[in-house]
Amino acid sequence: MTAVVTATGLSKRYKSSQALDGATFQIGSGRIVGLIGPNGAGKTTALKAILGLTTFEGQLNVLGLDPRKDRDKLMEQVCFIADVAVLPRWIRVKDAVDFVANTHPRFDRAKCDAFLARTKLQPMQKVKQLSKGMIVQLHLALVMSIDARLLVLDEPTLGLDILYRKQFYQSLLEDYFDEEKTILVTTHQVEEIEHILTDLMFIRDGKIVLDTDMDSLGERFAEVLVGAEFAHAARELKPLDERQVFGKSIFLFDNVSRPELERLGEVRRPSIGDLFVATMKGTYA
Amino acid sequence: MKTFYWLVKREFWEHKGGFFWAPVVTGIVFLVLNGMGIVLGEVFGRKWGGLRFGGGDFHMQSDMSLADLRNVGAGIDIMLYTVAAIILGVTAIVVFFYCLGALYDDRRDRSILFWKSLPLSDTSTVLSKLASAALLAPAIAIVVGVIVGLVLALFLAVVATIHGLSLWSLLMEAHPLRVAMNLVLLLPLYAIWALPTLGWLLLCSAWAKSKPFLWAIALPVGSGVIVSWFGLMGLFNLSTDWYWKNVVSRLLGSLVPGSWVGNASPLVIPGHNDPAALLDSLDLAYHYSALASPSLWIGATAGAAMIAGAVWFRRWRDES
Repeated sequence: MTAVVTATGLSKRYKSSQALDGATFQIGSGRIVGLIGPNGAGKTTALKAILGLTTFEGQLNVLGLDPRKDRDKLMEQVCFIADVAVLPRWIRVKDAVDFVANTHPRFDRAKCDAFLARTKLQPMQKVKQLSKGMIVQLHLALVMSIDARLLVLDEPTLGLDILYRKQFYQSLLEDYFDEEKTILVTTHQVEEIEHILTDLMFIRDGKIVLDTDMDSLGERFAEVLVGAEFAHAARELKPLDERQVFGKSIFLFDNVSRPELERLGEVRRPSIGDLFVATMKGTYA
Repeated sequence: MKTFYWLVKREFWEHKGGFFWAPVVTGIVFLVLNGMGIVLGEVFGRKWGGLRFGGGDFHMQSDMSLADLRNVGAGIDIMLYTVAAIILGVTAIVVFFYCLGALYDDRRDRSILFWKSLPLSDTSTVLSKLASAALLAPAIAIVVGVIVGLVLALFLAVVATIHGLSLWSLLMEAHPLRVAMNLVLLLPLYAIWALPTLGWLLLCSAWAKSKPFLWAIALPVGSGVIVSWFGLMGLFNLSTDWYWKNVVSRLLGSLVPGSWVGNASPLVIPGHNDPAALLDSLDLAYHYSALASPSLWIGATAGAAMIAGAVWFRRWRDES
C-alpha cells in the first residue's frame, strides 16, 4: 500500500481554539476514507492543510509534495469539492466546462460532456439559475472528468435531497473510483457513506481517535443485544456504551472476544453512527 | 500562457457588464444626448431664423485656407480624444470597483474554493486581474470611444450637409486612425501610472475581511488627515500638500485618464486659436516625458510591491 497522504503531528492553532492537535494518520492509495467528527473537531482544518489552503505545524506529505510549498503542482493531481454550491454564480455551464478544459491538464472533455448529457443542465444556463442539486451535478461532472489521484470531499451533499445524495455517491463509485484513485470524504450523514467506505477515521478535538479499515472494524467492535438477565454480566466487560430498546439493552464492545459476547446475546456489527455516538460521548458537555 | 489567456477571459465573462456594456451604454447615451442637442438646435434655430455655423469666422470651404482645413481636422481629432477620454473615465470608475472586488467577491461567496481546486497559481490569478484592469478594460474603452467619436463626427457632417456645408471633405481632414493609434500607444503609460492605485485596491481586496471599499478609502484619507493635523510632513521638510498629492491621490486617483500630465514636462500652450498646434504639442513625446518623473517610478514600484502583497494574501488568507 503506497501512502497518498502521510501526516505526522499535524497541529494548527487559531486564535481561540486548537483546531488540530498533533493529528497523525496515513491514507493509502485506492482507498475511500471517511473522516468523521463532531462540529469543530478539526475535520475541515485537516482537509485544508492537505489541500495547502492553510498553514500548520508538523509534517504533511501529499503525493510526495508539501502542500504548503508545492500547491500549484499538487493541484494537478488533487481535486476537491468543498461544500456544495461554491461554483461562481455568474458562470455559464458551457463556460465552466471550457474554462476547466483549458486550464486543467488532466481534464477529459468527452467524459464531462457524457456526464452532463445525463443531467438536465443546459449549456447556456448560469449557475445562479440552477438548484443546489444541479450545481452539485455540474461540479461533480467537472471533478469526475479530472483524472486526479486524490479527491477530497468536504460535506459534499449538505443540504441536498435524498435523490441527489444517493446519486452523488453512486456516480462516484460507478463512474469515477478505481484502485488508482483515493477519496477522502467528511460528512455528518454517516449512514449514507457507511457502505462505500474502505477506511474510517474519527477525529475529536484535533486528534485522530480511531483509524481503522472497515474489515477490522467489524472484528474489533461488536454490538450485543442483551436480555435483562445478562445485563450485569455485560457491564462487567466494560462496554463502550449502553442503550435500552424494548426492555433489552444494547451494549457496544471494543476488543472483547467473540465467543464471550455470543454467550450474552445476539452479536451484530455496530453501525458507524452508533460507534460515533459512543466514541464522541461528552464532546459538547 | 494559454492558462493566462483563459484567466483573463474568465474576468471578461464575469465583468462583461462593466468592461464592455458600461462604455457602450455610456457612448450610446452620449450620442443620444448630442443628437437631442443637435435636433433642439435645429428646431430653435429655425424658429429664430436660420442656423449659423460656428459664429463669424467659419467660412465656406471653398475659401478656407490650408491652415483652416488643418485646424478643422485637428478640432475633430480633439473631439475624438475628448469622447474617448469621457468613455475612459467611465471605465476608470468601473475598474476602480472591479479591483476592489476582484480578490474579495469570490472569498465572500466562497467560490474561491472552486478556483483554488484548479491548478492555477495565485500569482497568475492576481496578474490576470491586474491585466484585465490595466490593459483589457481601457483597451475596450478606447475602441468604443473612437467609434463613438466617429459616429458623432458623422452626425455633425450630416447636419452640416443639410445646411449646404460639405463637411465630408472636412471629415477627411481628421485622423481617426492616428487618434486611435496614439490612444493605444498611451495605454502602457496609463497602466504604469495607474499601478499604485491598482496595487492598492487589489491589496485591500485580497486582505480585507470585509468592506474592502471602506478600508481602501479610509486608510489613505485617514492617514492624510492625521498628517495634516499634526503637520507630520514638517519632519521631512515637506508640506502637507505633498503628502496628499504624492501619496493619497496616487493611491486612489491614478486611474483618472491623463492624470500624469502634472508630472510631464511643462506644456508650452500655443495660442488658443490654433487647435492643430495645441494637438501637436500634446503628442506622445509630451505624454511620455512623464517617464522622467520620479513619482511615476516610485509609484510603479510601490504598486508592484502591493501587488506582490496581494498575491501573498491570496495564497495564505485563511477565512475560518
